[in-house]
Amino acid sequence: MATSNPSVFLLTVNGQIEGANFPEFDNLYCKYCFVYGHDWTPTSGLEEGITQITCKGNQSSHKLIWNFPLETTFKSTSPCGWPQLVVSVYGPDVFGNDVVRGYGATHIPFTPGQHSRNIPMFVPEPSWRLQKFTSWLLGRRPEYTDPKVVAQGEGREVTRVRSQGFVTVSFHVMSKDMKKMGYDTGPSNPANTHPYSATSEEQL
Amino acid sequence: RLQRLKDRDAVTRFDREVNRTERHDAPLSLSTRVKFREAARRVRLKTRLQSWPPTAEEAYNFFTFNFEPDPQDKTEKTTRKIKKQGKKDEEDRDGEGESDEQEHNEEDEDKEDLFVIDQSSQDFLEVKKAEYIRYHKRAEKDRKLLFTPSFQTVQTSLKLPENIKPRYLEDEGLYVGERPPVSRTNENIMENRILKAEEKWFGDDGRILALPNPIKESSTRPPLFHMEEDLDSGLQTVYRKAVKSKYANLYIAGTTEPEGDYQLDVDVSGLIFSHHSLFSREHVLGSRLVQLYDQYLSRQNNNLTGHLTDKVAPTMNTVWRLSKYFGFLFLNVSKRTNNIPWYISFGCYRNTRQLRDGEQEKDRTLLKNIIKVWKEIKALRDFQKFTNTPYKLYLRRENVDRVSDEREYEREIMAEVVELEAEKEEEYQRKLAEYKKQLEEWKLWRKKQAQADAEDDDEDRDVSESEGPVEDGPSKPEPPEKPDLDSTEQGVREKASRIRRKPGEPILIPELSASGNITTSDVCPRPEVARREDVARRSLFIKILYNNKEVTRTVSRSLNSDFRVHFGQIFNLKIVNCPQSICLQVYEEIGSSCSLLAQVFVPVPEPSVLTGSGVIEEFEFSSNHRVMFDHEGVGSDVPLSLEADGSNKQILLTSGKVACCVSWGIGEDDVPLAPPVSQQPGGLHSGMGRFDAVSYIGASGLYDMKKIGEWATQSRLDPNDPNNASIMQLLQVASSGEVTAPDYFRLEQMQEEFNFVTDEELDSSKRFRLLKLRNQGVPEFRNYKMVPPFEREVTEKVFQEYEKRLKEGNIVDTKEHLDSHRALVATYLQKIRESVINRFLLAKHHYLLSDVVIEEEIPSIGILGINIFKLAEPKRPLKPQRKERKKVTAQNLSDGDIKLLVNIIRAYDIPVRRPQNNKPGQSSQSAIQSSDWILGQVQVRPFVEVSFQRTTLQTTTADGPNPSWSEELQLPFSAPNGDYSTSSLQSVKDEVFINIFDEMVDKDRGKSINTRIERHWLGSIKIPFSTIYSQSKIDGTFKVNTPAVLLGYSKERGNGGYDTWRLSEGTFITLFITIEPQLVPGEPVREKFDSQEDERLLQASERFEREASQSYPDRPCITTVIDLNGKTVFITRYIRPLNPPQELLDMFPNNPQEAMALVARFVSLIPSLPDRVAFSGTCDLWSTCDQFLTFLAGDEEEHAVLLCNYFLSMGKTPSLIIGTAIPEGPTAYVLTYEQNRYLIWNPSSGQYYSQYDTFCPLQTIGCLVTSDNVYFNIQQYTSPMRVSFDTGKANLWKPFFSRSFSNPGLSSVQPEQLVYRRIDKGAAAELQDRIEKILKEKIMEWRPRHPTRWNRYCTSTLKQFLPKLEMSGGQDLAEGHRHELQSLLGDHRISGFPLHLPFSEIRPIIEAVYSTGVHNVQASNVEFALAVYVHPYPSNVLSVWVYLASLIRM
Repeated sequence: MATSNPSVFLLTVNGQIEGANFPEFDNLYCKYCFVYGHDWTPTSGLEEGITQITCKGNQSSHKLIWNFPLETTFKSTSPCGWPQLVVSVYGPDVFGNDVVRGYGATHIPFTPGQHSRNIPMFVPEPSWRLQKFTSWLLGRRPEYTDPKVVAQGEGREVTRVRSQGFVTVSFHVMSKDMKKMGYDTGPSNPANTHPYSATSEEQL
Repeated sequence: RLQRLKDRDAVTRFDREVNRTERHDAPLSLSTRVKFREAARRVRLKTRLQSWPPTAEEAYNFFTFNFEPDPQDKTEKTTRKIKKQGKKDEEDRDGEGESDEQEHNEEDEDKEDLFVIDQSSQDFLEVKKAEYIRYHKRAEKDRKLLFTPSFQTVQTSLKLPENIKPRYLEDEGLYVGERPPVSRTNENIMENRILKAEEKWFGDDGRILALPNPIKESSTRPPLFHMEEDLDSGLQTVYRKAVKSKYANLYIAGTTEPEGDYQLDVDVSGLIFSHHSLFSREHVLGSRLVQLYDQYLSRQNNNLTGHLTDKVAPTMNTVWRLSKYFGFLFLNVSKRTNNIPWYISFGCYRNTRQLRDGEQEKDRTLLKNIIKVWKEIKALRDFQKFTNTPYKLYLRRENVDRVSDEREYEREIMAEVVELEAEKEEEYQRKLAEYKKQLEEWKLWRKKQAQADAEDDDEDRDVSESEGPVEDGPSKPEPPEKPDLDSTEQGVREKASRIRRKPGEPILIPELSASGNITTSDVCPRPEVARREDVARRSLFIKILYNNKEVTRTVSRSLNSDFRVHFGQIFNLKIVNCPQSICLQVYEEIGSSCSLLAQVFVPVPEPSVLTGSGVIEEFEFSSNHRVMFDHEGVGSDVPLSLEADGSNKQILLTSGKVACCVSWGIGEDDVPLAPPVSQQPGGLHSGMGRFDAVSYIGASGLYDMKKIGEWATQSRLDPNDPNNASIMQLLQVASSGEVTAPDYFRLEQMQEEFNFVTDEELDSSKRFRLLKLRNQGVPEFRNYKMVPPFEREVTEKVFQEYEKRLKEGNIVDTKEHLDSHRALVATYLQKIRESVINRFLLAKHHYLLSDVVIEEEIPSIGILGINIFKLAEPKRPLKPQRKERKKVTAQNLSDGDIKLLVNIIRAYDIPVRRPQNNKPGQSSQSAIQSSDWILGQVQVRPFVEVSFQRTTLQTTTADGPNPSWSEELQLPFSAPNGDYSTSSLQSVKDEVFINIFDEMVDKDRGKSINTRIERHWLGSIKIPFSTIYSQSKIDGTFKVNTPAVLLGYSKERGNGGYDTWRLSEGTFITLFITIEPQLVPGEPVREKFDSQEDERLLQASERFEREASQSYPDRPCITTVIDLNGKTVFITRYIRPLNPPQELLDMFPNNPQEAMALVARFVSLIPSLPDRVAFSGTCDLWSTCDQFLTFLAGDEEEHAVLLCNYFLSMGKTPSLIIGTAIPEGPTAYVLTYEQNRYLIWNPSSGQYYSQYDTFCPLQTIGCLVTSDNVYFNIQQYTSPMRVSFDTGKANLWKPFFSRSFSNPGLSSVQPEQLVYRRIDKGAAAELQDRIEKILKEKIMEWRPRHPTRWNRYCTSTLKQFLPKLEMSGGQDLAEGHRHELQSLLGDHRISGFPLHLPFSEIRPIIEAVYSTGVHNVQASNVEFALAVYVHPYPSNVLSVWVYLASLIRM
């Protein structure tokens, strides 16, 4: 019944937050959550989570590795408000206060298959220099009222941010029934990429 | 080898000679070689003898000598020759000269050989001095031989033929391309050289002819970089297997179905030759006859002659009649007055007649020709004694009535004659007039001449003689000839006989039939038989070519003797390619060989032409093949004479007609298999291609057309330059005025291209509508989850609620509003609200940093200092201060998180119970005794009940009229729809009711242990939640709203120490209300509104407000406000004297004090509705007084402005106080100066307070506004008690308009005067009944478990009280009142009170009645009384009184 006449399509996202590259910081952990539109509902898996604290190894790479699995399935009726993964990285500062080290967001890839994303991270800047000093002193860096702010465009113009490292995420995306509902996200196959050029050649 | 060579030699003729020489050659060379050898040997011997080592000569000989044996040498030579021979064979045809030359060379070679033999070895070398020619000598020599062109500029005259001026084509407007760049020197050299060579290389302008520069400015090929590593991935060559597109279908450009199911039906019905090479002479004539007959038939069908005759006939008749009756008189008349009007109209008649004559003539010639050809055929048939064609011509006679015909004929001729004569006469008259004029001139000239001659005669005769003939003036004009009228008639008759049937001659109608017999072959002569055999041998078929590819062919049909071929075949072509051409090729087959006769191109049918509706059309074809026969066949492209003498030769070409029909097929279920109409053949390009880019964009392209034109003329664009073609075309189109610039301008001209559905579809689709509404943030859909993916899954139910709301917006529920006027106002208000909401929608999306980023504030030094002091503070101070709490943004809250904290501290002057006195007469006595009696009795046991959102909490019961509770009540708060956003919280309409009750324990006179706790309502305060939310806390002492009459209670003038400093009367309660956690109130809208105020004034007001807020941040200062149109208006424009309703003034004509109170009461009766509730946004809109009175709802400001304006018109000098008050927060009051004291009026309650009143709700005074200025309070204190209201003192009040910036005389926004609607008593009475009915129902509803009995007697009594209360303005009438009641209802214990409310809606009245809790009386024998009185004021302002009482029979 459902297969013949689906009213929702499913999007399964597996993958993991592999790690991060923050050259200046250590002992970081990461929070993630999904931001999605009204037409989306998570059906299984965790919508948000928090990783372990990791510190850099002695190897030359100096990468922070979390290898934190993501497993979520969404159901939806329309691609409007396609889910985004919002990650925010926290870690202790000099005085041991937990401060934010970066916010970042990426859309879940549209096409089924394996994808890897390198999310650039940023943090809001103090509005003026003295504040920067006091925030450092008090261990209260400016933070977004909600990490989900980074997944939307509204109101961002009032903030000022500094870029800060990268987080690497890998995705394995599967979708079901999308094509039946008329959304074609599949990779374009070579047979139908140039239908018109072939035709025109024939005519020539 | 030689042998072979010789064989080959025989083929060419030149080789004979060569051969001969060779034969000579061979022995000759043999002998010479031998000789040479011997000579060499001799030399060798000699030199050997001479010396060793060998000399250079010897060495040379040694190396150069040929030691090969001779025969070998010979073969080698011959092989070389063979090679040459071969070469010669090739070049054989090229010409003799070349081969001769080669021959010479060969001979030369041979000669050399010979020469070598003659020379001795010593002769080979000669030592000479190097030859050197001096430079100048050589240069001289060179000069003789060589020509060095100079680089001097050549004069133009040299380059051109003599006496021809250079012609510059460019100036003449012809296109001359840009010449390739050549340096001037080079050009000069070239020119000089060409001049020397005397070649024609110069153009008309004297320059060397040159083609336009072929080099393009930009490269047409994309650049390719061959660095492997840099190659862009997009440019990398990728091998793809060639995929053959299955259907190179142009139709599928848009459609998805690959099998473009289109079918062309080609119906080839037949073929008729109008000439064929195998035609016999008779056939030729026959076909001609057929053609003529066809022509005749078609003419007959058109019947042009008849039509024209009809047209001519009436005029003709008139003319004829006129001529008949008037005869020559008519002619004379026309002679004299040659321009009478009817005559002029002959002009067109004449033309028509001429046309008719022409047609008639044609008809006649055609008929004649037909007959002639038929006669020829007959003659031919007679001559050749056989028949080839079946044609037979019959001439049908149609007899006519001779007499009438003749008369008609004569009449026509006469008419024509008359007309022609008139015409000629006219001509003659004109000529005559001209002649006369000329004659006059001539005579004049003659006279002059004669005079001159006479004068000159004597003086110089010679001169005159010589001049005479030269100066000969105009010759004597000839008089015009008289028209020959007789000849006209003659001419007309001749013409008529030529072009018209003779009168009485029968009308001939030819009829052609093909019923004749063809003579059989055995009777015919031989050549004819041969022709017929030839015809029979031939057969024809037609190939059908589609897009130049053969698709099919018809069966071949043999040619008949009538040269008609019938195929009658229909071919269904299933096509996938766009039809570009359909071609029929006619082939003629003779035996096995076939030849193409002709081809016919058939147009591609329109998509609407379907099989069945298509008409068979004939397409002519012809071929120019020359065919000749030796039999009777006339051949094609061959001169042919049909005359017996062989003259009048004609050349006939094979030609004919193909009858066929091409149409689109029809599918099984009548579906046309034609491509859609919109897709024109060849319409592969998108729709864009069809539009002219300029016209598509609209005006934008044409906008600057004039400028382009100007520029083009200025820069002298070459119109012939192909580069400019597009511009020139554009200009041409623009200047021709064909394209007029449209008035509109399209911003998104490509929008249509990107629309994925049409707008109608978008509107009609439920799903799209749902998505749209959700996107717009319509409350019903704002949080709608999972919009169904398909149209069919969206139910209508989804929209029901929304549509209902929309409908309600238009049709206001009359039950809810009870009053048609108010209903109208409500709809109007709704509209304003919508427009305001739209206005603020943008502003809502403005974010501040604090909305997005949490940032710690920097602790200032002051705060640090205070924090240090705090360390020294006592841990538990005796009088603790309230601390600031952390504010919480509203967004991340949910139900149950928010609590309303109400801290009830104490109350003052609560009414006390009146001792139960059954006998009214004793009242005065008891009053005297009261002092000691009171001590024993319980005065009052008050408690406070707070209800909010139907949650009710109460304090403990205290004792006495001045109780102290100090209790905190926590009430949960839930936002509507669970929406905790700022805008939603602001528009919460709920109110907090704080009611004071007296708890009464009725012990039933001690008889039983039954105790019944009753509570009696004493008074209430209501505070809107929106006020609490925007103020975040409310702290102060409030006057309790006590009923005017409280049965069973008396207002005890307290005997405590308070009286000494308290001035105002009534009950007061001290409260502290706040919300936990503290919510951030909505920010005011950060948007600048447009304004009609002067820019300077706006800047000044901005500066004034900024300075005020900097120096005194807690004092509100307003100089500009926003009106209902969303425009900024200066505040003083609102203050203007306005007349109060005359009825109010008439009430107290002599007592201004009373009148003021009444006016204030009237203002307070207008319901108050905070702007932020009305407009669900943080904005403060000021409406003018007339708007306010129309809406009958407004904020404190509107009340204050109206009151202030009334006072102004009553001759007072009021000013508006902008300040803060409890509980409203920022508000406006009115200040008046009366009898040496300042009065502060609360416009929303109608109360007035003295400046020194402790319980005046006004807390802060920010500024004062009068009709001409704004004064800001710069005194140390803000509370009214400590403020001096003398605005003249500059150190206390800072004026907005001062000497430096004077008031520009701002006109008021208020109307000149207010027009009030008359009091409508009928409506008020009706409303009164309805309210009473509704309230009674409600009370019964609230008491579901007990029967509710109504005491009618009491009700009617109460009803009578209420108008009195209204008259007295709610003043205390309690005493008489009570006595009256007591006397009426002696054995009842009555507790009750009148409620007084301004009327806005029914809901607040119900709420107020509910909050008093009268219905909660549980006693079984209780009875109720309810009376409602609505007092109407002008402009539909209504004062509602509700008297509630409960009676318990004792």
